[in-house]
Amino acid sequence: MTFVENRAVISGVGQSQIGRRIGRTGIDLALEAAERAVAHAGLSFDDIDGVASYPGPVAAEAGFVGAATHDVRDAFGLRTTWHVSGVETSGQIGTLLDAAAAVASGRATHVLCFRSVWEATAQAAGRAAALTSKMSRASGHSEFRMPFGAASPANWIAMYAQRYMHEFGLTREQIGKLVINSRTNAALNPNAIYRDPMTMEDYLNARMVSWPFGLFDCDIPADGATAVIVSRREATSGLARPPITIEGAGAALYERHTWDQRTDLTTMASHDVAASMWKTTRFTAADVDFATLYDGFSYLTTQWIEALGFAEHGKVGQFLDDEDNYRLDGRLPINPHGGQLSAGRLHGYGFLHEACVQLWREAGERQIAKDVELAAVGVGGGPEAGCMLLHLTD
Amino acid sequence: MAQAEGRMLPEVTPDSRAFWTGGFDGELRINRCQACRQWIHPPVGACWKCRSRDVAPEVASGRGTIAAYTINQHPWFPAFPPPYVVALVELEEQPGLRLTTCLVDVDIDAVEVGMAVEVVFDVQDDVALPLFRAVAA
Repeated sequence: MTFVENRAVISGVGQSQIGRRIGRTGIDLALEAAERAVAHAGLSFDDIDGVASYPGPVAAEAGFVGAATHDVRDAFGLRTTWHVSGVETSGQIGTLLDAAAAVASGRATHVLCFRSVWEATAQAAGRAAALTSKMSRASGHSEFRMPFGAASPANWIAMYAQRYMHEFGLTREQIGKLVINSRTNAALNPNAIYRDPMTMEDYLNARMVSWPFGLFDCDIPADGATAVIVSRREATSGLARPPITIEGAGAALYERHTWDQRTDLTTMASHDVAASMWKTTRFTAADVDFATLYDGFSYLTTQWIEALGFAEHGKVGQFLDDEDNYRLDGRLPINPHGGQLSAGRLHGYGFLHEACVQLWREAGERQIAKDVELAAVGVGGGPEAGCMLLHLTD
Repeated sequence: MAQAEGRMLPEVTPDSRAFWTGGFDGELRINRCQACRQWIHPPVGACWKCRSRDVAPEVASGRGTIAAYTINQHPWFPAFPPPYVVALVELEEQPGLRLTTCLVDVDIDAVEVGMAVEVVFDVQDDVALPLFRAVAA
């Protein structure tokens, strides 16, 4: 069994300018990323007949949604046969899995997938004040959390981390090694927001946000957009570069969609999606050359390492103790670009972009030296996650 | 009891009214499947275990243990200053039946997984928030 019979491929990627409070609109950033991705693939906008984005124009925090699918369709006058967006999907790359299914089933040929955020600018303009000043009633998914001061994913995920640490002895120092590794990699990424070296002392002494998470366990709000072109394999001959096959994908959720009722608090939806992904491919965890793993909070990466089978459940601490396991020149480089903790929160899509850039050997100074042809991408955590296995054959 | 002033209060819905108002009678009310007796929180329209639609609030003991916790240090709500302890309390009625809640009247450094706690209610406007404190030894 293979994911949509290997008919869905990635033909190009692009990113806008990325930064802190760069003062550009989310649409402006989305259009820039789209132009670069289409050109990167060797396509023109006349070829694009599908558009997909996460999460669509939902009214979440300011800056969370930079552009809707229709904004991009309208701006470029696209004639599309298919489009989708949505927040109720398997993590931030969920709509990419829809796009893959769409091209495989013939509903579209080249789908422009994008994610645009301008959270850094929006937060500077007073998002935090907006959260508390109106003090409206907590409803929907936050009804049972907000009244208790559990206002942020920092709180919700910190509780998972605390329980895991209690069960398995994972330490802040072990998690810190992963955070520092990302910062070390970010130093080689000209687009990363934080590139200065970080020591263990810096990490441990940072302001505490929600124990066990300090400031450096939390990712960095950024302004930036990422675009990825998902194409039907048969339509990619003669394009700019060899297509990257979406070899496997996972979108499973086996339990309730809540942050506090999962049966085993030491796992997350990442475990469900990873298990379902491995059923769609002949490859195994041992075949993976490198991984880009979500780090909206540092602990989420440790969950992905176990979920995807790179470390045994309960033993990620030992995995992290040996930096040869995950550094840039190690056995399984993790987050070569610096992840969201150092490169900035492009909200899931940055991990996908980095995986493609590395597979095409276009990562510049941070390019993984060894041959790489199989990448695992894991995005999300808690009750929402999605993952992909990307394979470059030529 | 810790002051709840400055917290964001819940929007009470038909599904959650029993939970948010039980405290006025000193009761922790949690939805329960009338067919298979599964306790269910947060409330949903059916029993996720046996799929019966016959679900109604019942009175839980209000006793449980801490399944996980975090010491929040960030001022998300200016009128609700840190530090405060957010915890997942697992009620004794059923393994995995958890509330996200706040611990009050506790020594932050003494909080640990497995600690026995009991409900106390903090009335704010039209709701009684179920908070938890350590059970006296």
